[in-house]
Amino acid sequence: MPPNGPTTGIDDPMERVAIEALIKIVILIGGLMTAAAYLVLLERRMAAWIQDRLGPNRVGIPLTRIRLFGLGQPIADGVKFLFKEEFTPAHVDKFLYWLAPIVIFMAAMAIYAVIPFGSVLPASLGLEGAPIHLVVAPGIDVGMIYVFAVSSIAAYGVLLGSWASNNKYSFLGGMRSGAQLVSYELPLGLGLLGVVLMSGSLRLDEIITAQARSGVWNVLVQPLGFVVFVVAAFAEAERLPFDLSECEQELVGGYHTEYSGIKLMMYLVAEFVHMVTASFLIAILFLGGWHWWGLTGWEENVGWPIALVRIAVLLAKVLALILFFMLARWSWPRFRFDQLMDIAWKIMLPWGMVNVVVVAFWIEFGDRIAAAVGVANPVLMAGTGVVVLFLAWLIATRADPTAADNRPVVVSPGDGPRSAQGGPSP
Amino acid sequence: MKDVDKDIVWVREPELGMAGKSYLSLFVGGFTTTVKHLFSPKQTVESPEERHESPDPLLYRGVHRLNRDEQGRVKCVACFLCATACPAHCIDILAAESPWPDRQKYPESFTIDELRCIFCGMCEEACPVDAIELTSLYDLVGKSREEMIFDKEKLLSVYDQTKDAEPMRTKRMRDEG
Repeated sequence: MPPNGPTTGIDDPMERVAIEALIKIVILIGGLMTAAAYLVLLERRMAAWIQDRLGPNRVGIPLTRIRLFGLGQPIADGVKFLFKEEFTPAHVDKFLYWLAPIVIFMAAMAIYAVIPFGSVLPASLGLEGAPIHLVVAPGIDVGMIYVFAVSSIAAYGVLLGSWASNNKYSFLGGMRSGAQLVSYELPLGLGLLGVVLMSGSLRLDEIITAQARSGVWNVLVQPLGFVVFVVAAFAEAERLPFDLSECEQELVGGYHTEYSGIKLMMYLVAEFVHMVTASFLIAILFLGGWHWWGLTGWEENVGWPIALVRIAVLLAKVLALILFFMLARWSWPRFRFDQLMDIAWKIMLPWGMVNVVVVAFWIEFGDRIAAAVGVANPVLMAGTGVVVLFLAWLIATRADPTAADNRPVVVSPGDGPRSAQGGPSP
Repeated sequence: MKDVDKDIVWVREPELGMAGKSYLSLFVGGFTTTVKHLFSPKQTVESPEERHESPDPLLYRGVHRLNRDEQGRVKCVACFLCATACPAHCIDILAAESPWPDRQKYPESFTIDELRCIFCGMCEEACPVDAIELTSLYDLVGKSREEMIFDKEKLLSVYDQTKDAEPMRTKRMRDEG
């Protein structure tokens, strides 16, 4: 086969694919770890600013007085974690105790095999003369299923760690986390289902391309699905106001109470990467991925400027979402655990189902109705989407399923259970 | 549990209105507060470069000082009221007959263990002659425990250091009428 692109001296096509993938893995892991370190710094600075403080602004270049706005802080943090004593309590299950952080960290990183961090690089660079897809494993048809499967493994990391720690606080945190992760998988999946119906594919790059092709982001046509997915993503990432499993005030640190040193760092980094993953997914599924009207186009073959603009647009959307995650942390109080479960099962799950039904209806009959009415299908969908969101919210508000009657119930002989004050429970 | 107990009153949470139940007001309110504070001026004092300035140095409870009178003598009359009032028992006074005609006793030695002190200000409250006062000096360091036991000379020297910035309470009260 005569080589189309620059000669590389590597003839075996499989070898080329492997090398391409390895280069992408190195870039992705390096970029992700660096980004995570600096996002931790950003989170600490933002937390400080919101609390009217300045935050860590002193660590700069070592042995000099140059401060660089505290940009050396992540390195100092990392070094501190590495050199800290790694204490293994005597009462833990050693094997699982070691395994748990590895599991959660591996799972958090493995998700990025299918998450695109841009669109494509131009064909002129491609080893095979084809454009390079900015995904580690391009063309996986079940990309979304893979994401869900791998992100569910994170629950194992949490549960294993909490169980192996042999500590009541850890165990409580782990149980909460397990229940929470399992519950919120459902609304997350339902929120996704509407998107999959719209684009007709489980491939993340195809989902983006579908939105770019029509120029209609999924958030516009199914706002209800967007709300469900964002709330579920917050819960899956265990960020406030859904961080019941590690709330410092009641559970010390939740499932990583007994961890220290590099193992604790793996837990913390994994959690942080979960948040970044959630931001990526929201941006890709609902906010059009790398698409911006009039800037990026949707074609497969692009030149360098468009390719770079697409990367910048995607990363800007992700950064904006991460900032929202960080602001949300300080804006709203934590839910009580029963409220958390009520939100998942009594509000988000029905909302997700309603959204799927509405989207399916418009995909099946939308074109015919649009032709009959004389309005474009996306406009109709967006209109109904807003109406459905409003109605769903109104019904949830009226029904108020999270209100709990927590008065103790007394049972007297010969009498059925009734609440202490008598009268019907609300 | 007895369900007939008339003394038990079950308090119920106040009912939320539609806006409260819909979570929207909380959502908007929380977010507005956060964003407002994100851009508001910061309270942090960058310590080694800047110093925290107490809004009223006479209210701040920092390192003690022993005041001098107009002739430069220690004002203390060794009445032991401060040592009695001290909840941490950090004041140690050795009284002796006064060399001056206007009082009977004076402290031959007067030591305060600054490491035991809890800076509650009770000594200042108890003192009938305004001899012991707390200054607004807060960065109190030493290399050994012994160094942190302040004797009479040291406490008087704290007065010499701070008398200009922080006049005695009696003087200030006189000035302000």
